[in-house]
Amino acid sequence: MTYRTIRDLPREELFAPGHSMCAGCGAAIAMRWLTKVAGRNTIIVNATGCVEVTTTQFPHTAWRVPYLHVAFENAAAAASGVEAALRVLASKGLRAPSGEKVVVVAGDGGTYDIGLQSLSGMLERGHKVLYVLYDNEAYMNTGIQRSGSTPKYAWTTTTPVGPHIKGKVQWKKDIMGIVLAHRVVYAATASIAYVVDLANKARKALDYSEEGPTFLHVLAPCVPGWRYPENKTVEVARLAVETGYFPLYEWERGAFRLNPPSNTHMDKSRRRPLKEFLRLQGRFTHLTDQEIAEIEAELDTYWNHLAKLVQAYGQ
Amino acid sequence: MSGWRSLPAGAAVLRPGSTADNITGTWRVVRPVIDQERCIRCGICWMYCPDSAILELKREYTTRGGKRYEVTYEVDYDHCKGCGICANECPVKAIEVVLEAK
Amino acid sequence: MLAGLQRGARERAVWRRAGLTTNYAVAFAVKAVDVDVVAVYPITPQTTIVEKIAEFIHGGELRAELIHVESEHSALSAAVGAAATGARTFTATSSQGLELMHEVLHIASGLRLPIVMAVPTRALSAPISIHNDYSDIMNARDAGWAILIASTAQEAYDTVIQAYRIAEHPDVQLPVMVAYDGYLMSHTLEPVELYREEHVREFVPRRGRRNVLDVRSPITLGAFATPDNYYEFKYQQEAALRNVEGVLREVEADFAARFGASYGPLEAYRLEDADYALVTYGGAATGNARVAVDMARERGIRVGLLRIRLYRPFPSAPIITALAGVKAFAVIDRAIAYGSPAPGPLYKDVAAALYMEGLTVPGISVVHGIGQRAMYVEDFYGVIKMLAEGASTDKVLFLGLRE
Repeated sequence: MTYRTIRDLPREELFAPGHSMCAGCGAAIAMRWLTKVAGRNTIIVNATGCVEVTTTQFPHTAWRVPYLHVAFENAAAAASGVEAALRVLASKGLRAPSGEKVVVVAGDGGTYDIGLQSLSGMLERGHKVLYVLYDNEAYMNTGIQRSGSTPKYAWTTTTPVGPHIKGKVQWKKDIMGIVLAHRVVYAATASIAYVVDLANKARKALDYSEEGPTFLHVLAPCVPGWRYPENKTVEVARLAVETGYFPLYEWERGAFRLNPPSNTHMDKSRRRPLKEFLRLQGRFTHLTDQEIAEIEAELDTYWNHLAKLVQAYGQ
Repeated sequence: MSGWRSLPAGAAVLRPGSTADNITGTWRVVRPVIDQERCIRCGICWMYCPDSAILELKREYTTRGGKRYEVTYEVDYDHCKGCGICANECPVKAIEVVLEAK
Repeated sequence: MLAGLQRGARERAVWRRAGLTTNYAVAFAVKAVDVDVVAVYPITPQTTIVEKIAEFIHGGELRAELIHVESEHSALSAAVGAAATGARTFTATSSQGLELMHEVLHIASGLRLPIVMAVPTRALSAPISIHNDYSDIMNARDAGWAILIASTAQEAYDTVIQAYRIAEHPDVQLPVMVAYDGYLMSHTLEPVELYREEHVREFVPRRGRRNVLDVRSPITLGAFATPDNYYEFKYQQEAALRNVEGVLREVEADFAARFGASYGPLEAYRLEDADYALVTYGGAATGNARVAVDMARERGIRVGLLRIRLYRPFPSAPIITALAGVKAFAVIDRAIAYGSPAPGPLYKDVAAALYMEGLTVPGISVVHGIGQRAMYVEDFYGVIKMLAEGASTDKVLFLGLRE
């Protein structure tokens, strides 16, 4: 099944309103579409983070599907336990099987950093789980501290812009590279600005999770962390893709594919200038032209890497 | 509030989707207002709303120009936090953002 | 009459007698209760438990999912996920592994999940030691788990079986640890009587648990609690843990009827008429203390031994009853509570229990067996003599320590 337009997208809301995510939250858009596509026959396992604290304040929950939160670094391990339990209980006749999907939801802190080990364990063991990373590029829940996902030069509260050091010193970690090294059957990047693409990838990732672990890396802009006006979340997310900052691609059964509009961006002239993405965000306002040029050069290197992947594994 | 004996063990939340009880509309500083005449029912505002606060209603609407629509998009002001993504993304500028009257 | 009935029950229940290490006995118990999910990470001296369970599963004798987690933190996290889904779940660890799990220990009890964990105890780093003491379990004593400490392989086997009944009891719904001496028990052979599995499964029936992850009735587990409710949830846990002592007695009565064995929350040896008492836990300390008591009795010192089996919740009432009549006692701990008023963790519990009852029985805090420093019968006999002579004013003794 493929969603072609908005008309095809699922209507039922399984992520209730009234949660306390910020006005204009990118991750909230991701959660809405993830749950809509996954449907009622889904169990969510959530790492500690923004999504967790804002959706599960006792006695309320935003989730209309079963939901488990254990801690920050172990969502993948907890999901492994859920998935194993469903399998063995069904095989022993102790629970009516319903073909539930197990889905992890974790932020970049819970994935790139503290949760990387348990993610790797889950991928290596081959649990039938979809792992969804909503990436807002810093520890937003604790108040915007840098993570392994924060881009170079970005302002955060632990990488302030000072006369000596301006913003983050290191580059963003290539989490997809790490996931792909586990030879998963399906992994993709997606954006909340491209909902139909996101929904199709979530659908595929759920379908492939019957074979083994799958992974979805969703860029989810953050109003207070990226410092842009709250009505610009989708715009910023779209610019991230259009400027080539966050390419949309998927890895499907050993084949690598860039998705629209990123599939035209191998030709750099087809990308919008990176500045258009950066200038909307307060976390980058301090950048000099030279620093922007440096970020651009690093992005070019990444695109060269993607070009090699297309060459080697493209269809 | 309940005493310890009557709370569910392990802080289990037994009512799915119960955050809907929370009226987050009070957070709003500005409010989106949909101009049903200009709205082309593309669904983009509904798709991007982080609070599921654009309702897609099976309610017919005929514009003054005679165009008939089978659905109407309306704002759920109980939950809309007034982020304005809907207005920013509307391709025909049919959503106006106005200051909440005090 | 009762004893005869119990003997008869035992004869019917026993499937075979075998020479087993305590670790293997535990693995047999896990098989007997038909555990669904096992998540264990290798660590000495626990590892032979999971090796044996893997043999059972790969040999088709146990239908369970063995999750080969990449750490103890993930072992308990996976156990939490499995238990939250309604599976009967087992894990095991020692030492550093229990330390690495510590964060999740509190979550497992806070979520009220009936996980059972075996802990062959081991000393903690640094310096690294693979040998035995009880530092690991003592660091976990206030994590909201029920803790039982076994002193023989047979008792460990029986206790793991009982642990599932206790953990899954509606008045409890809490995780249970079954601890015993690493190496001194985990790797030494003892005779063990294994029960017919159908008898064990009748004893530990499947109760449909409420509030598990199920798409047919979606709930949220692991919620965020504000100051409005957090305290109430934590008190619920405390109240549920307090229920364990009564539930243990109830479970043991049924166990005795079916298998002809029971242990109680504590074991008293020659205490009825005793002037002095040794108090300890686990296998080696108990065994040596028992011999020392016999030696002292032969020499006319009226001394007895109290072995604590149920450590959490602390069975204060029977301990007070057991110690109220003695002139002095010594608690032999195999862990150091660094910088505490007394170095022995169990000593502090016993002292607090007596104080709360208004009793001021003189007691000595004895530390021994740290990092498996050899504990000799003579050492314990020396403590008894010290109690009997009332000569020493020492309140603290580090036995076996080179000056």
